[in-house]
Amino acid sequence: MLQDKDRIFTNLYGHQSWRLEGARKRGDWDGTRDLILKGQDWIIEEMKKSGLRGRGGAGFPTGLKWSFMPKQSDGRPSYLVVNADEGEPGTCKDRDMMRHDPHKLVEGCLLAGFAMRAVAAYIYIRGEFYREAENLQAAIDEAYAAGLIGKNACGSGYDFDVFVHRGAGAYICGEETALIESLEGKKGQPRLKPPFPANMGVWGCPTTVNNVESIAVVPTILRRSGEWFAGIGRPNNTGTKVFCISGHVNNPCNVEEEMGIPLKELIEKHAGGVRGGWDNLLAVIPGGSSVPLLPKAICDDVLMDFDSLRAQKSGLGTAAVIVMDKSTDIVRAIARLSKFYKHESCGQCTPCREGTGWMWRVMERLVQGRAEKREIDMLLEVTTQVEGHTICALGDAAAWPIQGLIRHFRGEIERRIDAYHGGQPVLPAAAE
Amino acid sequence: MSGVHIAPPELQPASFSFTPENMALAKQHIAKYPEGRQQSAVMPLLDIAQRQHDNWVPQAAIRHIAELLGMAPIRVLEVASFYTMYNLAPVGKHFVQVCTTTPCWLRGSDKVLSACKKHLGVGPGETTADGQFTVIEVECLGACVNAPMLQLGDDFYEDLDEESTGRILEALKRGETPKPGPQNGRLSSEPKGGVTTLTTFAAAGGGSDD
Repeated sequence: MLQDKDRIFTNLYGHQSWRLEGARKRGDWDGTRDLILKGQDWIIEEMKKSGLRGRGGAGFPTGLKWSFMPKQSDGRPSYLVVNADEGEPGTCKDRDMMRHDPHKLVEGCLLAGFAMRAVAAYIYIRGEFYREAENLQAAIDEAYAAGLIGKNACGSGYDFDVFVHRGAGAYICGEETALIESLEGKKGQPRLKPPFPANMGVWGCPTTVNNVESIAVVPTILRRSGEWFAGIGRPNNTGTKVFCISGHVNNPCNVEEEMGIPLKELIEKHAGGVRGGWDNLLAVIPGGSSVPLLPKAICDDVLMDFDSLRAQKSGLGTAAVIVMDKSTDIVRAIARLSKFYKHESCGQCTPCREGTGWMWRVMERLVQGRAEKREIDMLLEVTTQVEGHTICALGDAAAWPIQGLIRHFRGEIERRIDAYHGGQPVLPAAAE
Repeated sequence: MSGVHIAPPELQPASFSFTPENMALAKQHIAKYPEGRQQSAVMPLLDIAQRQHDNWVPQAAIRHIAELLGMAPIRVLEVASFYTMYNLAPVGKHFVQVCTTTPCWLRGSDKVLSACKKHLGVGPGETTADGQFTVIEVECLGACVNAPMLQLGDDFYEDLDEESTGRILEALKRGETPKPGPQNGRLSSEPKGGVTTLTTFAAAGGGSDD
């Protein structure tokens, strides 16, 4: 188990002050100038050594991503954009970092921005996080006033600005190119890639989009070394990670743990266990609503990291663990996610615009058993027609939960269809 | 995105302009973006307009913002109607947004909705006859380990049940402002009943400044 001395987010719960003075006591903004003076190449090399993979869901190596940014400007400025549009159901970790530890993010913006030769960072925070945006802006104001950012940031000779941009309620803006469109003052509809943001991002300029957690861990990694971070977790799945444990556990919570911690240990140690005990577990969605669920048999010994969960045809995603006990109407739980994706489809690509609604309507019938068994395979077929056939990953995200449900709970779907046609009651006791 | 309801002409004011304070605020936002990229400020300006105008954006405000930013009004409307947080028609004084996505549903968001019905007499998408309350269902608000939850104005009310939801609504009816955040005694997202990590930091205390 991870020890407190190796935890990065030491004010995750807000027990202490989030302001500059409190942040300094926790070690933030300590020797930032010296880190900058070591140069861009050193920072990127250290980040590569750390093995940090992006914390927004896709898990792309962060240091490598930064190295795609131009080393020589062609006249256009470069930008760092921080994705704080946290909206993946189950996920609420960036919220805690911004309201309780905002200086980690602001300092991370400076260091990451310097490493990629950016002139400014724009933090795109979801509009509903109004109080979080207030704390973040207050931290930015404090950092300007203390000379930590702005002209000659930290006395390093580097000029760097940090701005907050509030969203206004659109899950799709968590997709990096939709976020860029939104930042430009347009509808948040994803762009075709290429060109990639590193070549042509916001306002046609080189841009890197990183998740809040990916940026907020940077100062600690640089102070304690990439090797330190790489020594936590497992190869290719390194470091600490903030997990969000929601649903049918005794004590839902956020917690920073070692990557690769067994799922069962995570739930039992920090969330007080599954309601009614481990044997009362039905299934877990391990990485936010987009990833396929896992039945109890797999949950018994699966490890919480990118590669372990991928091997089980699921994913670490945002590390948002949604726990469902045996009282859960599992078909309805997934049908509700289908409704979510239908609501959040931006409408740009036909397979997603039409497919998410179609899949949701069939899922609603499956909840009631009001279907034919052959429709299960038809639904599966439609998920594969949406998956991979859209500009962005929202289509995939809508397809995967249904695929996971059919993979592991086809028997339950068929039971409902039999019950419906046999005039028997279909639904188990409702979850709460 | 979801269906958009635009207020009928008889409810639309003939004109709209920012107050001097809000105009200054708007200019601060415009200044955050590079020269010539003032369109980027359309979202903050719509937000300011909504706050100035009883929590909804009239068409006159769309035209006002379009003029300020040098945009075609349809481009501003296109943004205003794409994002769910802009109300294009009047809503109740208290705008009760109940999250019902799976993590909240698993923890009892149905009961939060039924408490709204019981205490206010309205269901999702409806406004009370006195115009005081509008209740809507919303998608994941990003407070899943404090589920179920609802948003009122700029604040989250978390760790709800039927009883605490009723208490909040009754307090609002009396003109009080109930305390936001978790309603079950937690500080924030830590495990209820005691932290399992950061024990030394939790003990040091020091408060959260607000």
